[in-house]
Amino acid sequence: MSDAPVLTKRERPEPIKAVPVRHPGRWLAVAILAVLAAMFVNSLFTNPNYGWPVVAQYFFSAPILNGLKNTLILTVLSMIIGIIGGIALAVMRLSPNPVLSSVSWTFTWFFRGTPLIAQLIFWFYLAALYPTLGLGIPFGPTFVSIDVNSAMTPFVACLLGLGLNEAAYMSEIVRAGLQSVDHGQHEAASALGLSRFQTLRRIILPQAMRVIIPPTGNETISMLKNTSLVVAIGYFELLTSAQRIYSNNFQTIPLLIVAALWYLILTSVLSIGQYYVERHYGRSTRRNTGNRLFGFQRAGGATR
Amino acid sequence: MTTPMVEAIQIHKSFGHVEVLRGVDLVVQPGEVACVIGPSGSGKSTFLRCINHLETIDAGTMRVNGKLIGYREAGGKLHELRESEVAAQRRDIGMVFQRFNLFPHMTALENVMEAPRTVRRLPKKQAREQAMALLSRVGLADRCDNYPSQLSGGQQQRVAIARALAMEPRLMLFDEPTSALDPELVGEVLDVMRELAASGMTMVVVTHEMGFAREVGDKLVFMDEGVVVEAGNPREVLSSPRHERTQAFLSKVL
Repeated sequence: MSDAPVLTKRERPEPIKAVPVRHPGRWLAVAILAVLAAMFVNSLFTNPNYGWPVVAQYFFSAPILNGLKNTLILTVLSMIIGIIGGIALAVMRLSPNPVLSSVSWTFTWFFRGTPLIAQLIFWFYLAALYPTLGLGIPFGPTFVSIDVNSAMTPFVACLLGLGLNEAAYMSEIVRAGLQSVDHGQHEAASALGLSRFQTLRRIILPQAMRVIIPPTGNETISMLKNTSLVVAIGYFELLTSAQRIYSNNFQTIPLLIVAALWYLILTSVLSIGQYYVERHYGRSTRRNTGNRLFGFQRAGGATR
Repeated sequence: MTTPMVEAIQIHKSFGHVEVLRGVDLVVQPGEVACVIGPSGSGKSTFLRCINHLETIDAGTMRVNGKLIGYREAGGKLHELRESEVAAQRRDIGMVFQRFNLFPHMTALENVMEAPRTVRRLPKKQAREQAMALLSRVGLADRCDNYPSQLSGGQQQRVAIARALAMEPRLMLFDEPTSALDPELVGEVLDVMRELAASGMTMVVVTHEMGFAREVGDKLVFMDEGVVVEAGNPREVLSSPRHERTQAFLSKVL
């Protein structure tokens, strides 16, 4: 053993220069995909059945834009009902109060367990079941009453049907998010003297958002397309408008392309929005921001 | 005679069929630092959590500053306190956890400001000044805008101590505050605790740091299998333990 210090200056070895592993399979796959893509792109231009002039003619036409407007309104309002309702249901479900917990469970059981289209029709024909709804003393006098038949317009029925159904699904998403937060957070908040509601609002929910947002984005995109079910009660939106047009002029493919392109545009916009919301709630952990938007840009670039 | 800050009499607690606490007694006077040591599973952390009612007790009496914790006595009967009343009792009792439990979505400053803002409705400016003063006290004023994930374990635990102090508690509970830390970070947390003890804070500290217990503690409690085996002056207990179990434990950790 010498007395020399452990850290001695030594020559740094040459950087490793090795022959990388070759991937001939990848190159072959790229070649095949490139040929298929070229064929597809070629068909887009040469196949007259796509009817691009018809697509262009209807893309910004009044009926399509009107349908688009309804799709957006229904999606936004239904998701607001769904998210607020879902949070309320999830909090009720996790509450130590057995009454609230059972009510929430029953709601979710019913609205997830029956088809959405049946719920829409049910709300629309509610007047057949209860012609008037009133506020008063049970089994006693009524003070205010509404005529269900006139109040239950297709629009109101759509919102109730889509919104309440969504609330049932959102409640499970929110519940998963709330339960994903470390129990130590509850304890720390309790030890500081925060009430249950304050703990939920200030500590638990903001952390749960990171788990809640991705599936909520999914739900919103689903909702965008589920709104087309409103055709069942005579309401209209983007897809219904396209269908109405092609049932008259028989240009089925071009009009479905119009609708599909609009859906893709809306979905892309939503994905960008989701990226920023996720970034906001993930701001405390650097690793969460990663390459998401990069990944999105590539996917989005390919669709446009 | 002064009212003891903590007065625990015959505390019993079971989890299912396992009786974790089997009659624990402890009295801590205002300004005292009581250190609780013992092997893992001895019930020391559970006992600490009973003091601020994070765990309910099955039998016995827990008083903090003369007030019954978690219950109210009326008409010769015990009545459970409402959640809001329990929350109010906890405001006077600060707690520091083994795993820090900082709020990860808030900066160090926001962590310290949270309880005064939300619970005591302190104006933002005032809460901010108080929080900055507390962060300076634990030596972290320059890290006030960092998120917990950007701080070392020792720094996080110091922020957690500042957060607990923000509610101006009369009593501080420490649940193995240095057990999750890398060895070289233990010292900075103990320094803060030492300063806190010197300022006259009443503290109950569950710890494995025998040096801290000897130096700062006014009282040392050795717990094993849910009972207090030996209690007394830390220097005496550590140098000449009377009970066999205390001797066996200390021979392993010292």
